[in-house]
Amino acid sequence: MYESLVEITGLEIFAAFVSAAMPVAFLVPFVIIAVYLERKVSAHMQDRLGPMRVGYHGLLQTIADFFKLIQKEDIVAEGIDKKFFNFAPFLVFAGSYAVYAALPFSSKYIGSETDLGIFYIIAISGLVVAGILMAGWTSNNKYSLYGAMRSAAQIISYEIPTALVILSIIMWTGTMSLATMSEMQTAYFWNWNILGGPEWGITKFVLIPFLLVAFIILYVSTLAEVNRTPFDMPEAESELVAGYHTEYSGMKFAMFFLAEYGNMFAVSAIVSVIFFGGYQSPFGYLGNTLGIEWLVPFEQVFWFAAKGIFFVFVQMWLRWTLPRVRVDQLMTICWKYLIPYSFVNLLVIGIITLL
Amino acid sequence: MITEFGKIFAFIIFAFLFVGISLFIARLIRPKRPTNEKLKIYECGEDTLGSPWVKFNIRFYVVALIFLIFDVEVVLLFPWALTYQDYGVYGFLVGIIFLIILAIGMAYEWRKGDLEWARPKPNIPDIKKILKKDRKQKVSEIEIAEN
Repeated sequence: MYESLVEITGLEIFAAFVSAAMPVAFLVPFVIIAVYLERKVSAHMQDRLGPMRVGYHGLLQTIADFFKLIQKEDIVAEGIDKKFFNFAPFLVFAGSYAVYAALPFSSKYIGSETDLGIFYIIAISGLVVAGILMAGWTSNNKYSLYGAMRSAAQIISYEIPTALVILSIIMWTGTMSLATMSEMQTAYFWNWNILGGPEWGITKFVLIPFLLVAFIILYVSTLAEVNRTPFDMPEAESELVAGYHTEYSGMKFAMFFLAEYGNMFAVSAIVSVIFFGGYQSPFGYLGNTLGIEWLVPFEQVFWFAAKGIFFVFVQMWLRWTLPRVRVDQLMTICWKYLIPYSFVNLLVIGIITLL
Repeated sequence: MITEFGKIFAFIIFAFLFVGISLFIARLIRPKRPTNEKLKIYECGEDTLGSPWVKFNIRFYVVALIFLIFDVEVVLLFPWALTYQDYGVYGFLVGIIFLIILAIGMAYEWRKGDLEWARPKPNIPDIKKILKKDRKQKVSEIEIAEN
């Protein structure tokens, strides 16, 4: 993508910005669909109809919401630290969007081919914590402060099991680049990491149960990192109004919302790249069978989006299945269960890989 | 020549531009009619009580400290995880010793109770204890009255 743009235009900076703008072309339609899906899924799980008025079965509801949000008055209440209050949405969105730089959408498109990949993602997502703390601290509101503190504590706690699981996968695959990791799981679905990876042998079958444990730990902790139910303490409507963005209105609130849904897709995509082959098709490509070369990258984008959206759907499903956990339960799950298990898992995967 | 991190920087700049432009467009469209009530800090419709800088649980600070230790050690483990296979069993054991020290630290924190979230004990009123302090009424009378 980047290389061909440089060849066509000859301007490197222009090519870099165009390739940086590509994920937004995916993100905005994704958010529009995901918000609609969230409302419809929750409605049907509770035996309701959900949005029905705007368009056929409420299909245009999110677009109507967007027009509502863009016309909303921007209220900055008394006693708010305006500089940092206005800066917080920038930081939260930038932290969430920068993650897309290392996600391989297809074999032809990846924002940045850095070898550090997943390590960079763990590091850059710290920006979101800083933005959330900034939003809560400057809002001059009790609910915002409580929500921000809870959110920060939760995100940093669950970063440790995430990092440990990712560490064990890195020990096994020997690469930090997400593009290389997806390339390794090529061809058919039995080559996916969750089913023991591309190499056949006894190791593959011994590894499967430990990889399953790793997948569960990773999925639970990413769920907590994006503040989704059952770990949505920071935004518990019944006690904290809306958490750290209580005082935000209009477009600034929309930016927080966009960043949240962007994060949801990003963590789902990371899970799908690490365990479910990323952009690889489970049954081979139609383009290769028909002999149409240019179709393959589009198919890869389709599979990448489909896997990501499937995990986002599981997140929505869990939201209407599990009740919210208490703060002490939240910390117990992280420190006393997930971290020791991921430690043991790391050791076992390390030993199996060595032998 | 733009390096790979330069492309990442382009991503971050683009994100800032995106937020900036959409906030600017909203600024052109939206009305601005602030009133006294609108400019109040939101507190469920009531007037705000007290300072917003409320006290919060000291455990947040402890969690942040423990996180710092763990995160630094995880960062140190990443380069080891990439290369330990080149050094065979020796390379693995070096990492394991490091991990065991980390696990001992974790066990110590666990034993000291730093991983417990402070939870207030339920204060269930005991009618007999209250009555011992105040002996104007007999216990049996109260129990009969309750029944």
